[in-house]
Amino acid sequence: MASQAVIAQAPVKKKTTQIGDIVARWTVLVFAASLLAITGLLVYELWIGSAAARSALGFGFLTSSEWNPVTDKFGALPFIYGTVVTSFLALLISVPLGVGAAMFLSELAPAGISNALTFVIELLAAIPSVIYGLLAIFTVVPLMRTTVEPFLKHTLGLLPYIGALFRGPAYGVGYLTAGMVLAIMTIPFVISVSRESLLAVPREQREAALALGATRWETTWQVVMPWAKLGIFGSVFLGLARALGETMAVTMVIGNDPSIHASLLAPGYSIAAVIANEFSEAGGAIYPAALIELGLVLFFLTIVINAAARIMIMATTSKGSKRV
Amino acid sequence: MSKRLVWRKIVNGVMLTLTGVATFATVSVLFVILGCLIYQGGKSLSWNFFTKLPVPTGQEGGGMANAIVGSLQIVGLAALIGIPIGFLAGVYLAEFEDKKFGSLVRYVADLLNGVPSIIVGILAFTLVVVPMHGNSGLAGSIALAVMLIPIVTRQTEQFLREVPLALREAALALGASKWKMIATVAVPAGSKGILTGMILGVARISGESAPLLFTAAINQYWGGLTEPTASLPVMIYKYATSPFDDWHSQAWAAGLVLIGMVLTANILARLVLAKGVSVPRG
Amino acid sequence: MGKTKMKRISLALAGLLMGGATVAMAQTKINACGASFPDPIYEKWFADYHTAHPDVQINYVANGSGGGVKGVTDGTVDFGASDAPMSDAELAAATRNGKILHFPTVMGAVIPIYNVSGVTQDLRFSGPTLAGIFLGKITKWNDKLIVADNPGVKLPNEDITVVHRTDGSGTTFVWTDFLSNVSADWKTKVGTGKAVSWPVGLGGAQNSGVAGLVKNTPYSIGYTELIYAVEQKMGYGSVKNAAGDFIKADIASVTEAAAGAAKTMPADFRVSIVNAPGKKSYPISTFTWLLIPSNIPDAAKSKAIHAFLDWMLTEGQKSAPSLTYAPLPATVVVKEKAQLKSLEAPAAAPAKKK
Repeated sequence: MASQAVIAQAPVKKKTTQIGDIVARWTVLVFAASLLAITGLLVYELWIGSAAARSALGFGFLTSSEWNPVTDKFGALPFIYGTVVTSFLALLISVPLGVGAAMFLSELAPAGISNALTFVIELLAAIPSVIYGLLAIFTVVPLMRTTVEPFLKHTLGLLPYIGALFRGPAYGVGYLTAGMVLAIMTIPFVISVSRESLLAVPREQREAALALGATRWETTWQVVMPWAKLGIFGSVFLGLARALGETMAVTMVIGNDPSIHASLLAPGYSIAAVIANEFSEAGGAIYPAALIELGLVLFFLTIVINAAARIMIMATTSKGSKRV
Repeated sequence: MSKRLVWRKIVNGVMLTLTGVATFATVSVLFVILGCLIYQGGKSLSWNFFTKLPVPTGQEGGGMANAIVGSLQIVGLAALIGIPIGFLAGVYLAEFEDKKFGSLVRYVADLLNGVPSIIVGILAFTLVVVPMHGNSGLAGSIALAVMLIPIVTRQTEQFLREVPLALREAALALGASKWKMIATVAVPAGSKGILTGMILGVARISGESAPLLFTAAINQYWGGLTEPTASLPVMIYKYATSPFDDWHSQAWAAGLVLIGMVLTANILARLVLAKGVSVPRG
Repeated sequence: MGKTKMKRISLALAGLLMGGATVAMAQTKINACGASFPDPIYEKWFADYHTAHPDVQINYVANGSGGGVKGVTDGTVDFGASDAPMSDAELAAATRNGKILHFPTVMGAVIPIYNVSGVTQDLRFSGPTLAGIFLGKITKWNDKLIVADNPGVKLPNEDITVVHRTDGSGTTFVWTDFLSNVSADWKTKVGTGKAVSWPVGLGGAQNSGVAGLVKNTPYSIGYTELIYAVEQKMGYGSVKNAAGDFIKADIASVTEAAAGAAKTMPADFRVSIVNAPGKKSYPISTFTWLLIPSNIPDAAKSKAIHAFLDWMLTEGQKSAPSLTYAPLPATVVVKEKAQLKSLEAPAAAPAKKK
């Protein structure tokens, strides 16, 4: 680094300042290493804490749908299913909306308005999860139960194939409601990162397309978007990672049923929700370990997705965006 | 105009309008949320809310004084623990970084940032609650500190890196040692952004409920370092999922207070201190 | 933002923390957790006791009977509460602070709470009907089995939404104990337990969560303690007892259910009064217990807890009926006082296990 080059050429320092630098270096190194220690401790505790379940249930844990505290038979499948379904639903709603809004903010809105609106949207990301849950219980759930779900049942529910997704009683709580709440929570991330990726596209590309007679929309869709594709995918993965780990809002609206249902109107369960609900009174040796093992599964899922997101985002928003 | 051109212009108009609609729909969600909270919460806010302890349902005159103080205590301690660690780790990454170790630390910071909050709760439970044989404000603070550290680390690193090289070289050329340059030139120069990061991080953890569920848990009375401690987010969760209408009103009021605290901190941080750069989240 | 400001903020924070700690020193702070079934009466008791003895604070967190058992086993609370007596295996694992002793506090009823609009009369349920509903076999409110239990009542043609507990619950234990008693199908498919593998339904946390879900979900049915339905002014059904009568839960019917057990109460107070004999007894009644470790290490806490138990057995019993809980039979109170005395005598060995 340049600053190190400067140090190398600087006049010979007094011994005291050299010691000062050494002390400083080791101090900050220790604190930086503490991050490694914390993470290592986290993985270690998750691994040890789940040992009883891992030895009792083996790999069958990942494929079993049973959740029986009486017989100590546990399976992760319903929770993985619920987590994946609600997150996928969330993305289905938030990605088109989010990328669309990002396009508006980067391509159409004047800079001042764009910044102001982005500021407001990023405030949405700051709202605590439990407040989303509070609002969802009293406003979204009744709305879903009385209006939206019956509507879906009587329209989409009658079609072949996708109809199966909209069958059953309209509880108001369930996969669909949880997915919608998650969508609202992930939109700010999608917008924020997509907008950055779009803004990073060189101006010349747009001007070239417009000069050739393309409309604004065609420029955006066919020229700008592909250039920013990687960053936008990154934002999607970021939103996914956030949705996977969301606890409070989901617990309050998913219905807490540890089974797998085809219908989106049915109640379900997510990994984070079951840990939140059952951890503090899971007794015995295997029950708490099973919950911790679920935590381990969630941990690995979010690591993988976050890593993928980082790679994609760094590729497009770092200085000098690469050609895709 | 040819038919094709007309069609293209129509598509253009429609799609651009849709993107505008998407934007304003998203923005309006924030106002709907705020509106609901202000309306419902405002109805239930009272002097009692801020000064009295919770009462069983059906009784009058209860409040959430212990939850407000509890939140301040838990978040305050978490900040005391997490900010120095995160700050110094960020200084390491920006100023003293070794190639391989530095990348590892950065990767781990991002990893820790993405860990679901409930899992951090499990960690604090096994590390603090079990040995201490009980729930405590300390356990809650440690859980929140673990969440705060990576946020502060990355923000510190980012804003330190943005300090112009010229400033650093000037200090070094005048004979300052490296650590003096960092302390007296680089950090003050980046202080706006660094402080923003700290405030945003603290605002973020003050709204967290999941990591407190089995660490600080809940308390009808005043909590403390070694006692279970009530906090606003956990009280909101408990009251909102109960069937009691008076508790629902309390939950709304608490929600209003919490979001007031969080949003005020966010707006202050970004407007007053930030340079107007949008911060990559997550 | 200068250094002085940061200093001031840190000092203020430190002061807040210290202030919290000093207030703590003047009081005896006791932490308890467990059953949500008796939560309303416990909250009243702990508040009344604190008013009478301001130096004692009992913080009770109703996270379910499972939480109470786990709490005393792990030693994370000073005492616990459960509507399901601890099993032999659970007792064997909970020896951290001496053996756990059961102290019955009140009796209560688990009732089928429902939300069916348009039905003005109280609904009646026989045991097999309830089992069928919770097994997911009976799916509509106007199913012929429900109709048979309720002649003359017009029942709507709506789907039944079942609501059950998500957490480890004594209320669940009592409910499933009853269903196992009246339905062989339930016994083989699901069985009895604080947490079971529910065939259908939504899950709510603690009694309050279930009541909340039923209140907010039309055409739903759940099970909670009697007080939750009464307080929320929600409908609850009468249940067919062993003698063949449909009984609506109240203090009298619960007391009658406990009458037989009161005479033959075992020394460790672990007894089930589900499906008890008696013409007017309510079939889903239960005692609820406090789980008290026999060797509480902290002397001040131990003294305070014993004092509270004594108060509970005398003063506390008087306020139980106001919240629809049945006070303990006199013979049981006498036996408990003897158990309390044995706790307070430090020289004697902990009470013998039966």
